[in-house]
Amino acid sequence: MIYRQAGFLTADYRTERRWVPHAVDRWALTAFLAFAALAVPVIGNDYLFGAILLPFLALSLAAIGLNILTGYAGQLSLGTTAFMAVGAYAAYNLNLRIPGLPLLASIVLAGIIAALFGILFGLPSLRLKGFYLAVSTLAAQFFVEWALNKIGWFSNNNSSGVITAPPMAILGIAVDSPARKYLLSLGIVAVLTLVAIRLTRSQTGRNWIAIRDREVAAASLGVPVFRVKLVAFAISSFYCGIAGVLWAFTYLGTVEPDGFNLSRSFEVLFIIILGGLGSIRGCFLGAAVMVVFPLLLSRFANAFFATALDPGIQEDIENILFGSLIVLFLVKQPLGLVRLWDQFKRRLETWPLSE
Amino acid sequence: MDWQFALEVLIGGLLSGVMYSLVAIGFVLVYKSSGVLNFAQGAMVLFAALTFVSLVERGVPFALSLAITLAIMIAIGFAIEHAVLRPLVSQSPMTLFMATLGVSYVLEGSAQLIWGAEVHNLDLGISDEPLTLSGIDVSTFDLFAAAIAAAMVVGLILFFNWTRIGLAFRAAANDELAALAVGLRLERIGGVVWAAAGVVALIAGLLWGARTGVQFSLSLTVLKALPVLILGGFDSIAGAIVGGLLVGATEKLAEVFIGPMFGGGIESWFAYAAAMLLLLIRPSGLFGQKLIDRV
Repeated sequence: MIYRQAGFLTADYRTERRWVPHAVDRWALTAFLAFAALAVPVIGNDYLFGAILLPFLALSLAAIGLNILTGYAGQLSLGTTAFMAVGAYAAYNLNLRIPGLPLLASIVLAGIIAALFGILFGLPSLRLKGFYLAVSTLAAQFFVEWALNKIGWFSNNNSSGVITAPPMAILGIAVDSPARKYLLSLGIVAVLTLVAIRLTRSQTGRNWIAIRDREVAAASLGVPVFRVKLVAFAISSFYCGIAGVLWAFTYLGTVEPDGFNLSRSFEVLFIIILGGLGSIRGCFLGAAVMVVFPLLLSRFANAFFATALDPGIQEDIENILFGSLIVLFLVKQPLGLVRLWDQFKRRLETWPLSE
Repeated sequence: MDWQFALEVLIGGLLSGVMYSLVAIGFVLVYKSSGVLNFAQGAMVLFAALTFVSLVERGVPFALSLAITLAIMIAIGFAIEHAVLRPLVSQSPMTLFMATLGVSYVLEGSAQLIWGAEVHNLDLGISDEPLTLSGIDVSTFDLFAAAIAAAMVVGLILFFNWTRIGLAFRAAANDELAALAVGLRLERIGGVVWAAAGVVALIAGLLWGARTGVQFSLSLTVLKALPVLILGGFDSIAGAIVGGLLVGATEKLAEVFIGPMFGGGIESWFAYAAAMLLLLIRPSGLFGQKLIDRV
């Protein structure tokens, strides 16, 4: 009753191809974005920004990056955080070594450096497929962790490889408070999300999907398989690299190489499985679960046991629950939360006429 | 260069490679019989070792603990197959792999939740006196582990190539529909394979646990086993052992002779880099079945 599709007819291709076909959805999305950009910075407190929104935005962006590679192009990667780390350390060094470089320029350059790195580690995809390729992305993961720890230049000779976010400013406005960092993140993520949606609906995106669904068929249709895979690696790493900058500069402020370890890569993989493989919206849903769930768990434990859980035990419980969730989703709903959301919407549309 | 030292490093590397092979064998067993790359093998190693050592520490006799742990691992194997793999039948290999990743989180979490996260010492009663053979020290324990690994490899090769059940396992992995059509009971085969993987994990867990102490890092043995699998090919048992020896030897030699040039610690990625180089030449490992694309 509330949400009707009745009367929604497309008369030309332009309306058909709209990003958000329904007027109601469009208004809702606009209102939501306006709320996120205008109201949240005013009403939010430091906890909301620092513990929820900033990691949420960074993880969403990383998830979009991985989803492009894994969900759209079908190349499983276990080295997501290696590319995040490259982005973060590249931005740090650009900022440090090129005085006067604008913040946004250094972020974009960091993304490009991560993309080059992604192409390098995507090269094996010329010969390797499936698990063999997935394992070779692990090489990227371990190599980057080692290099950032061992080669002092990357962290300006910090003894344990730690980097600290430089003071940030855009057009003379200092990005110093959590609310401003949030706005910076929100802007970057919003723009890159739009680009990602466009990309997945362009010829490139369709090539990715063709390769994912059946590589031999795609090749015989004339899709340049190797080049398309490399492009997927490059763009995916670009996104992950910028996500890494956000993770390091806006969320944590100070990171060490071990902060970009293998379990963080798995975390991003879990986000896209939960949210929905091959869906940009899913990245946000999955990232929200990944960020909020542990917080809720510790709140719940506090209320239930009246004391804080031992951190080790809390981590064990989280692992068990996340592992079970992954299996549950893969078995019951392989298309993820996005699919559940769409089903719910369809229910709304037909309610109460059909069940 | 001191040749005796180099030889000692080489032998140490080969023997530690055997330890990698122990874990890799569990992978190959599952991959060869169901086409699943089982990331949870490392978590199973941890679970088995932790259960066993905790039982022993609680005063349960050695043999009884072994029997209980064996039963638990078999039960876990059946449970994983029943709850996770069976509903996912005929899904893409990537989906199955991600499901085992989820399983490994559950197993790691439960192992530590039930038994705690402390480091335990495990004494299997095998002396670790270095044996001196013509001036070269070799650890007796490593030799023992190598003997067990060799026995397992020989047993599995015989099993897969010379028994009807082994043939059925390979048939099930090769083509599920064809296997069903000739009357193989896929469900039973799947259960048995995973139970066997649990048993292999127990053996690997005991040996690794005795070597390094029973602790969370046992779960990371999976990361050591992956390059081994790549080198050897995911579906070759002989490959698992040869790959293990190669990885162990090159890793130790590289760490000792090349490592210092880079500031050390290259063990974490060297095996992967070596495996990748090999892959570029032979995309399905040394012994793996060639992938053929069919339209």
